Amino acid sequence: MSSRRPLALIVAAVLLAVLLILPVGHGSYFIYLLCSWLMFTIAAMGLNLTLGYAGRISLAQASFMGVGAYTTAILTLHGWPWLAAAPVGVLLCFVVGLLLGFPALRVRGHFLAFVTLAFNTLFFLVARNEDWLTGGSYGLSDIPRPRIGPISADGQLAFYYFTLAVSALAILALWGIVRSPWGRAFKALRENEVRAESLGLDTRRITLLAFAIGSAFGGLAGAIEAPLVQYIEPNSFAVGESLKVLLMVVVGGLGDFWGPALGAAMVVLLPEALRGTRYYLIVYALFVIALMVLKPTGLMGIGKTFLARLAKSRAAAATEAKP
Amino acid sequence: MSQFLQVVLSGLSTGSIYALAAVGFALVWQAAQTVNFAQGEFVMLPAFFALVAIHWFGWPLWAGFAFAMLASLAILGLAFKGLVVQPMMPDGGLPLVIATMAVSILLKESVKTFYGAEAQPFPSPLPDGTLQIGGAVISIRDLFDLLASLAVVGGLTLFLDRTRTGRQMQAAAQSPAVAEILGVDVARMTLYAFLVNAALAAFASFLVSPTYLAKFSNGESLGLVAFIAAIVGGFNRIRGALVGGLLVGVLDNLVATYVTQEYRAALPLVLLIAVILWRPQGLLGDAEGRTV
Amino acid sequence: MSRRNFLTAAAFAVAAIGLGGAARAADVVKLPCVCELSGAGAVSGTNYRDGAHIAVDEINAAGGILGKKIEMTDYDTQTDPMTSRALIQKVIDDGAYVIIGTVYSGSTAVNMLVAQKAGVPQFTGAEAPDITAKGNPYIFRTSSGAEKGVPALTAYFKDTVKAKKIAISWVNNDFGKGGHDVFLSEMKKAGIQVVADVPSEQGQVDFSADVSKIKQAGADAVFVYLNEEESARILKEAVKQGLKIPMVGEVTLTGQKVIDLAGGAAEGALAHVGLATSAPVPSIQAFAANFKKIYKRDTDHNGIKGYIAVWATKYVTEMIGKFDRKAFADKMHGLTLDVAKYPHMLLTTSWDKTGELSRESFMTEVKGGKQVITGTVPAN
Repeated sequence: MSSRRPLALIVAAVLLAVLLILPVGHGSYFIYLLCSWLMFTIAAMGLNLTLGYAGRISLAQASFMGVGAYTTAILTLHGWPWLAAAPVGVLLCFVVGLLLGFPALRVRGHFLAFVTLAFNTLFFLVARNEDWLTGGSYGLSDIPRPRIGPISADGQLAFYYFTLAVSALAILALWGIVRSPWGRAFKALRENEVRAESLGLDTRRITLLAFAIGSAFGGLAGAIEAPLVQYIEPNSFAVGESLKVLLMVVVGGLGDFWGPALGAAMVVLLPEALRGTRYYLIVYALFVIALMVLKPTGLMGIGKTFLARLAKSRAAAATEAKP
Repeated sequence: MSQFLQVVLSGLSTGSIYALAAVGFALVWQAAQTVNFAQGEFVMLPAFFALVAIHWFGWPLWAGFAFAMLASLAILGLAFKGLVVQPMMPDGGLPLVIATMAVSILLKESVKTFYGAEAQPFPSPLPDGTLQIGGAVISIRDLFDLLASLAVVGGLTLFLDRTRTGRQMQAAAQSPAVAEILGVDVARMTLYAFLVNAALAAFASFLVSPTYLAKFSNGESLGLVAFIAAIVGGFNRIRGALVGGLLVGVLDNLVATYVTQEYRAALPLVLLIAVILWRPQGLLGDAEGRTV
Repeated sequence: MSRRNFLTAAAFAVAAIGLGGAARAADVVKLPCVCELSGAGAVSGTNYRDGAHIAVDEINAAGGILGKKIEMTDYDTQTDPMTSRALIQKVIDDGAYVIIGTVYSGSTAVNMLVAQKAGVPQFTGAEAPDITAKGNPYIFRTSSGAEKGVPALTAYFKDTVKAKKIAISWVNNDFGKGGHDVFLSEMKKAGIQVVADVPSEQGQVDFSADVSKIKQAGADAVFVYLNEEESARILKEAVKQGLKIPMVGEVTLTGQKVIDLAGGAAEGALAHVGLATSAPVPSIQAFAANFKKIYKRDTDHNGIKGYIAVWATKYVTEMIGKFDRKAFADKMHGLTLDVAKYPHMLLTTSWDKTGELSRESFMTEVKGGKQVITGTVPAN
């Protein structure tokens, strides 16, 4: 494992380099898509921590994006800098996530799914009805883009690099969490709770933490969404969006570190690829059904199977060549 | 007082439609651990089967309903079970949930693309009249919806409790392994649950569409209400889902009339959370039923 | 495991990004249609698009605009503001001359900022008041905003019904709230007391609580500001509960779709209609018939809105004699297109400095299962 880590770092560096040069020469629409892909990747990676690693489902990720987005929007509209506003949003999500984790101590699986789904709908109602705070169904507009010292992320390309930097840091942090004792505890919780407990893990604390950290990442995604779209309204954080994030996680590959990035790419970019055909949502739905039925491990699963086959045939070729 | 009676009666009638959707949802959940996120669309679709038969093929009303029922059994029962759920059994888990979400998109978009995005009027064989009950008005259709739902759910309960097949279905749902040993054809019993769900959905569709119109997006709110009703009432008892459906229908109206319109959707959700946390078997459910 | 994961992720990322757009230059002028083709706004968006395409075909058959053929590509916002913003960005990148859409106010409020920044004129179907209240010089309506439509009804409530107490039933989203807010301020000005203020959910099916509240409040009339199927449901419920006060709407309530959906329950409903396919104007009726011939279905007023958006683009561009977005927007402000000279506008239409539109409008009533024009409200 340790021998592979330098290679992993190299691949990460190459990927980062690709992402750095990618937008050059492209129109702002493409850059906008990349930003929204990065944003959804963060949200989906957060959910993947709760769901894929710790095995606790949440259908409320969009509401955390909402908490993050509204907090950032309201504070920056009041003149706060993004760098001060976003952490407040993320922290708030951490706390609310912690609270939403409590039901997870009592119920599992589908029941937990419904509790979190109900929570998301309640959030939507509050965001729509409390005009004084959230602007109600008119939403909040003209949200400023971040400005750090003399550097302004006002332009499309500048904002992309800002998003990329934030995402890279967030992913790095997540990478650290997954590899930390906490990360191992999350996995132990998913695999076998009783055993985890017998090994001396405080499963209550770990469950709550899994929720809180996953939610905080949702909040960060929201903190990016607010200045990206520069307009937020309740429908952007309704249950449908949570299901979309869940789709990204599962389609990408549940419990796989990079799966959510891939799933987010599919959800954000596939409609773009299929545009022009009148039936693109139908094709999209059929594709997802087929993928889930034939390959429940998702896109990463397909990729892995493919690579494994490749390695196997290469190994076979090598042994054949030997004698 | 007449206002109170009015909204309660209307709520019961709407709730009876929720109940039909909830009962089918609970059956499928029990039989195959499938949380069907397309349940609302299952109730939306059969009306369009009927409209296709009536408007495109020019068939009479009864033939349209018969066609819609058969098409529902074939597509929402057989095909859904065979093509989507069966390959992912026994442990569908999240991929199955995602697949049913995709099914819901597929059904909505197909109706919109191939039939139309606009709401459609839907024929009813029942007369338009109303009845006066103690100062409140109830339409004959509303009354029929309520009685028909009660009859169907009552009949279904009798079928499950009193017939051999019904008892086998229950056994297969509660402990498939034991049922298998006792000689129950579990696969067949599971299929029956899906067929009953399809039939209930079609029936609900025929009842709801004349008053609430047929539209591709109708399933969106209906699906959520069906989940809530099934869980609140107690998903391992058919009558639980019935009571859950009626309760949600009535509460929704009472909250909207006397408390708040803006937050009328909130009360069922709060109820849902409370029930899951403190009485997960539901208001009428038994603790022994299989927990999910 | 980490290496494989990285490789697969990287491979997919690179593959996904290969989906760039193909540029093409030709002697065409691009009028992209960015509309709600799926999601909650699908009905309005689809009609808007189809109306626009009729105009494109007519104009191209007659030689295009200044000799250039119109190229109209459709983009589906899925009724999602964020997607709509991205798509407006895309069509601007691709060289849009004028943008046709979007129809929903929530989407338009956000994507019009992008078009404004890029200096691309945009014809919206949105009717929320705030759209033209933000000083955006590139946004133009294709139907009057609620702040023009709703006040047209005030006179009716005050003088014809002589209402002292009034109720409002509105759909609780940005569209409904726009109408609701204008209505409340109008009633305050007119000295009419709003006794029941009843919001409902989009897609709500059971209107018994709503109607019973209105009935209980003892209103003299009720203003209905809902989408088509909700309008039909509340009309049915009102008949059922014996609510015998005038049901008055803006635009949708007396539309053919609502009449079809509500059946007999729509009888006697009243509405102020900016553009009605049943308007007693031969050109509008000819358009409606033509739409039906082409698409085998009826359109609502959104079909007309899309249609005149494209024709206005042709007329104004040929007035300024060149494809110049800035000059186009400048020309539009304070412009009146007289139907005698510009027949495809269907009705004489003016735009003011904010992009707000005004033209003759109608009071309508449902009589004998048909929308009947009972009066004409002059352009304001």
